[in-house]
Amino acid sequence: MTDISLSEPSALTARVETARKAGAGDFRFRMMALAAALAVLVIFAGVIISLIFGSMPAFKEFGFSFITTEVWSPTRERFGALAPIYGTLVTSLIAMIIAVPVGIGIAIFLTDLCPRMLRRPIGIAVELLAGIPSIIYGIWGFFVFAPWFQLHVQEPVATAVADIPVLGTLFGGVTFGIGTFTAGLILSIMILPFISAVTRDVLETVPSVLKEASYGLGATSWEVMWKVCLPFCQTGVVGGAMLALGRALGETMAVTFVIGNAHKIAPSLFAPGTSISASIANEFTEATGDLYRSALIELGLLLFVITFIVLACAQLMLRRMEKGKGK
Amino acid sequence: MDAVASRTSQMLYLRRRIANTVFIVLSTCAAVFGLVWLTFILGGLLIDGVSALSPTLFTEITPPPGSKGGLANAIGGSILMSVIAVLIGTPIGLFAGTYLAEYARHGRLAFVVRFVNDILLSAPSIVIGLFVYELVVVRMGHFSGWAGAAALAIIVIPVVVRTTENMLLLVPNGLREAASALGAPQNFVIKLVTWKAARAGIITGILLAVARISGETAPLLFTALGNSGWSWDANAMNQPMASLPAVIYTFATGPYEDQHALAWAGALLITATVLVLSILARMLENKKRT
Repeated sequence: MTDISLSEPSALTARVETARKAGAGDFRFRMMALAAALAVLVIFAGVIISLIFGSMPAFKEFGFSFITTEVWSPTRERFGALAPIYGTLVTSLIAMIIAVPVGIGIAIFLTDLCPRMLRRPIGIAVELLAGIPSIIYGIWGFFVFAPWFQLHVQEPVATAVADIPVLGTLFGGVTFGIGTFTAGLILSIMILPFISAVTRDVLETVPSVLKEASYGLGATSWEVMWKVCLPFCQTGVVGGAMLALGRALGETMAVTFVIGNAHKIAPSLFAPGTSISASIANEFTEATGDLYRSALIELGLLLFVITFIVLACAQLMLRRMEKGKGK
Repeated sequence: MDAVASRTSQMLYLRRRIANTVFIVLSTCAAVFGLVWLTFILGGLLIDGVSALSPTLFTEITPPPGSKGGLANAIGGSILMSVIAVLIGTPIGLFAGTYLAEYARHGRLAFVVRFVNDILLSAPSIVIGLFVYELVVVRMGHFSGWAGAAALAIIVIPVVVRTTENMLLLVPNGLREAASALGAPQNFVIKLVTWKAARAGIITGILLAVARISGETAPLLFTALGNSGWSWDANAMNQPMASLPAVIYTFATGPYEDQHALAWAGALLITATVLVLSILARMLENKKRT
């Protein structure tokens, strides 16, 4: 009797103590998780703030004329970003024109046409293409692809179109192998797997009832794909393409190797050019003088803002797609 | 009248058949196109890379122009910086992913973190390099291995956050409820039940992150810079540090044949590492599914 009355409060306090400790541990754990989540936001904010801070000298010096002038002269300390911006946009445009149809084609092949046995190996092979680091594309493009491309494509094309008005300007002139067009081409190979992976995933969300119903009405594979499946997952496909565009805009090493690094806007697509990321990669460590460095950081800020807008649109579209899937 | 109708319907049928055949041929061509590039790239890499492989790659340091040498310092630097980056990035990514999946699945903060994380996941890595340059290199006054590791860690975090969250969301709620019903506090539930259930997936994410950073070049160019020699002492991380991708870049763009060969050998090493890691990750993922 006395034993029990004595032991009970102590057992109780022990239990309370354990619960209190567990509660404190719980709180600590939760706070650690919260801190880690906030760290992601801090990194993001840090990137923006440091870029804005770093680009202030250049912005004060050139203002908005920075993005409208083409002059890039480290010796005279005059900097304009028009040529890199042009290069980034044009290479990405070329990449998208090639990669979007081909990427969607691969996805369709993998979901609908491919023999079941080959489906996994080909899917894996295309995904491996996505894992290859960009510097590999760069070194391969520079040593293997560019010389071949100059000899077998650029030269014949340049001679053939030399006298045709518009094409002659776009694809004429002296060829080097490296240049804006080559960079766009290499970029298209790089983003191809992203587009096909996302498209394949969203195509798999199409309910099979929809497909079966259309086949039952006598539709051909093409009609089922074009009039039923693709409209069904339109948002997802566009989102995937935007995601790939975000990658293409910011891609650095592959472009740096093959674009030629010339700070001017040439009328011919075969001529060397530069892109935002290539300019930074090439010149940053050699940039002497605060203004030069600051101009390069402002280029980085521009790149970050452009990719942010594109990627944000992509995220919102893919989110909407996912929500629709849940319904 | 009937004859005309049947002729037009036949024409229509023919047109639909032709459109369908064209469509099938074009999609097949697209797949072949993708595979041809993969073969070209891997083939070119094997031809030029294998001929440059030699045991001295792993024992000798990067040579000055015109002489032979290896890549030992670059390989060592890459491994060291990647290990440190993973050691820093993984816990942060793991906890942030846990926060998103376990604590605030539908909260407003979780929405923002998820959104920002997905942006960071695809943000140009060269911008991360500029950020670390401003943050670390300018403060320290010189390029360093620490700066390189920091840049790589920032690239690791979003990858780990994304896979951790996805994998934790796959853990059935019944497991959590059963553990809670036994009286386990939430941190025990997470540590002993959900993390364990999602272990294979989380490790897959870390492997993918390692694969991603092992080829990253742009953020290292102006953080770790490069170093043509060894400095394996306690102070090594405070000095500029060689890395495989940066060496490939400098050697490949230079004019010397010997250095080109080394660049190819390095490229082959990186690709092999990345492919092995991706295949390992895939195997782990499949094991989990069955």
